[in-house]
Amino acid sequence: MADTYDLIVLGSGPGGYVAAIRASQLGLKTAIVEREKLGGICLNWGCIPTKALLRTSEINHYLTHASAYGLSAEKVSFDLAKIVDRSRKVAGQLNAGVKGLMKKNKVTVVEGDGALKGKGVLTVTKDGKTTELNAKHIIVATGARARDLPFAKADGKRIWTYRHAMVPSEMPSKLLVIGSGAIGVEFASFYSDMGAEVTIVEMLDRILPVEDEEVSAFVHKALTKQGMKIHVSSGVEKIETGASGVKATLKGGATEEFSHCIVAIGIVPNTENIGIEALGIETNRGHIVTDGYGRTNVEGVYAIGDVTGPPWLAHKASHEGVVCVEAIAGKKPHPFETWNIPGCTYSRPQVASVGLTEAKAKEAGHEVKTGKFPFIGNGKAIALGEAEGFIKTVFDAKTGELLGAHMVGAEVTELIQGYAIARQLETTEEDLMHTVFPHPTLSEMMHESVLDAYGRALHY
Amino acid sequence: MPIELKMPALSPTMEEGTLAKWLVKEGDTVAAGDLLAEIETDKATMEFEAVDEGTIAKILVAEGTDEVKVGTVIALIASEGEDVGAASAPAAAAEPVAKDGGETGAGQPATPAPSPEVKGYGANPAEDKKIAAAAPTGAQPGAGDRVKASPLARRLAEQKGIDLSALQGTGPGGRIVKADIDGARPGQPRPAAAPAAAPAGAPAAAPAPVVHGVPDIPHEAVKLSNMRKTIARRLTESKQTVPHIYLTVDVQLDKLLKLRSELNAGLESRGVKLSVNDMLIKALAAALMEVPSCNVMYTGSELVTFQRADISVAVSTPTGLITPIVKDANSKALSAIATEIKELAGRAREGKLKPEEYQGGTASLSNMGMYGIKQFEAVINPPQGMIMAIGAGEKRPYVVDDSLQIATVMSATGSFDHRAIDGADGAQLMQAFKRLVENPLGMLA
Repeated sequence: MADTYDLIVLGSGPGGYVAAIRASQLGLKTAIVEREKLGGICLNWGCIPTKALLRTSEINHYLTHASAYGLSAEKVSFDLAKIVDRSRKVAGQLNAGVKGLMKKNKVTVVEGDGALKGKGVLTVTKDGKTTELNAKHIIVATGARARDLPFAKADGKRIWTYRHAMVPSEMPSKLLVIGSGAIGVEFASFYSDMGAEVTIVEMLDRILPVEDEEVSAFVHKALTKQGMKIHVSSGVEKIETGASGVKATLKGGATEEFSHCIVAIGIVPNTENIGIEALGIETNRGHIVTDGYGRTNVEGVYAIGDVTGPPWLAHKASHEGVVCVEAIAGKKPHPFETWNIPGCTYSRPQVASVGLTEAKAKEAGHEVKTGKFPFIGNGKAIALGEAEGFIKTVFDAKTGELLGAHMVGAEVTELIQGYAIARQLETTEEDLMHTVFPHPTLSEMMHESVLDAYGRALHY
Repeated sequence: MPIELKMPALSPTMEEGTLAKWLVKEGDTVAAGDLLAEIETDKATMEFEAVDEGTIAKILVAEGTDEVKVGTVIALIASEGEDVGAASAPAAAAEPVAKDGGETGAGQPATPAPSPEVKGYGANPAEDKKIAAAAPTGAQPGAGDRVKASPLARRLAEQKGIDLSALQGTGPGGRIVKADIDGARPGQPRPAAAPAAAPAGAPAAAPAPVVHGVPDIPHEAVKLSNMRKTIARRLTESKQTVPHIYLTVDVQLDKLLKLRSELNAGLESRGVKLSVNDMLIKALAAALMEVPSCNVMYTGSELVTFQRADISVAVSTPTGLITPIVKDANSKALSAIATEIKELAGRAREGKLKPEEYQGGTASLSNMGMYGIKQFEAVINPPQGMIMAIGAGEKRPYVVDDSLQIATVMSATGSFDHRAIDGADGAQLMQAFKRLVENPLGMLA
């Protein structure tokens, strides 16, 4: 007799494990199936371990610029193995934390490769043995993986994906980063701050192409000032791997040699070998098609997170998981929508945004009012020695709706949630103007940016 | 300086009320403790006492004014020696200031208040609001309860001339959000919401109230009292959100009637007379204590089981139904219940119950026996878990010990919140109630 559950979650990333916890809270008998490590890419190979690495490079940057703060630090050096080890330990700690959460919430963890076998049936294969599990509801949360360059398959030696770039055995002397989304720019920032010579190649006409144009331009300038080379409206046409590095042929024919190359040109969803074809589950460009409650076209089968499409973000997956499970449990959650999901890039300088860019807002037919406040006008930023960056806000001129907010500079990833709350609660410029922001903080710039949109900025 | 007399909050939840009647007039001298006015809240009429002494210089809100916001200045009192005329002079210019910082709206008194000169955004916060809200009437609830809406939704409604109170919000707790405004047409209530992708099994969103045109038949229309509005809201909420199940039993009353006349004979000297209803209150409380799974409240996240049975007793008053509470009825002597109910019902009919005397209660009892109603199903009074509906006690052919006899029998129907109470638990309560009424000594012991 196969084990029977109310809900089985296939995949234990930030979408899957959060869905499992919520299901358990709501009284559903829940199992979670994972082929690798609990926590998925996010906390084992993504968000978390990269933040650990970037913390190291940030401190390295401060140590090598200690004199700016009246300190002297000489002979600053590093041990790459120890840096990687710290990052892995951070991931390990969180992986153990998820294990604990599963236990606490009485979620059964099943290790192995899961695949849908039919409605309500899932098989799990481990070490050649296959077991069958039954459930009324099955959530597919298998995530996504890095897209390969067809002519330059990552080998982990000279050509890396994010996964290799996270556990380097040697420090690149000269690094080529292909792709300038969040992942590409974060690794570029890490390796550049650790001393590598970094070149970024982007197909589109600007880096961080999903961000507001002013933000892209600012980061472009800041990274160039740090010594990086950036080629936009470009591309890599050929990669030749040699013993000591790679030779890249860029669009237009120019060639350049690098010690290492990171491919960060996007992701592909993990939909292979999980049995979705046999069940006739609808997909679009590889992504599983779902409604606002994570329901697929097949009753009893749901999908959440990266496997369902952009934005490919951990917090999007978690939120989708919660909404999906609440609907399964008969609650009345608000359907999932993507209009208010903040995005963060942890490069130096940091980038954070939520909602529409100025260009997208105009495209959507809004008459806009924009505000912008620079870090140089903020006392706390100057005291921190981080006077570069700005906060931009985009309002609908007629209604005062906060359409979007875009930030670049120190610690902005910790600030953006303020605007996300404002948007979720549908505040207007009036409520934001009447909000008291503590002094001295970087958050004061959020206030000033709103004031500026209405010609009332106080400190600039 | 004259003392400003403000609309009081007579219960913790009161936001506005009707100034039903002034008990003083301009020129009257009042002392602390004197009754000044009668104020009607959503459920009761309460007297408003003077705290200060002096002379009523000016009455600013006329009696009969509806929806007076808490904190609105309703009268001015001149203190001793103060010129009454001088006190009333500035009153005319004084703008009534609502407690929440000067929002203007439908709830403002009828007194003319000169509109402030617009000095531009930022002159002072109170004016900013007025400037931002160029047409405040559109954004304010038209009548009755506070309308929950996001700031953006309020502004959009204002700009499009949409009456927020006619909309059904889809945000958390029924909050009206931008999406609700986008789907609404100006000047008319929104058609019933059709949830685009409601999860299977989830109840559909409640339809917006339908506004019926009054047919062309000679009629008289009376404005809804706050009490009537509250009754309408709460009963609609109950029937729409609480799945009711109904369980009916026939109960033989002869032993209870006999016990009642014996007890009444004994109580006569004390001037107490027990009614059947008093005994049924006690029986229901005892049954609830015996079957605690029915003495419950469903909160959405928790199931609360009460350790005391407080019985709300439905009392009909000239203005509507109200339910005074007999607290801990199981532990009270029948004579105590009788005395208490008599006193509570009397004050209920005069509209003088205090909020704590009718809010709360763990279950209700409604008796229509005196009207000859044989049997009926009552609507649960949320957040309570059940209500017992009592029909008329009447002589019926009844099988006792396998022979057909005449017995006094009543039908009692319990309505249970099926989210919290399973059928079997409800049935157990009905059994216990029947047993206690048919063997009434059991509830005295």
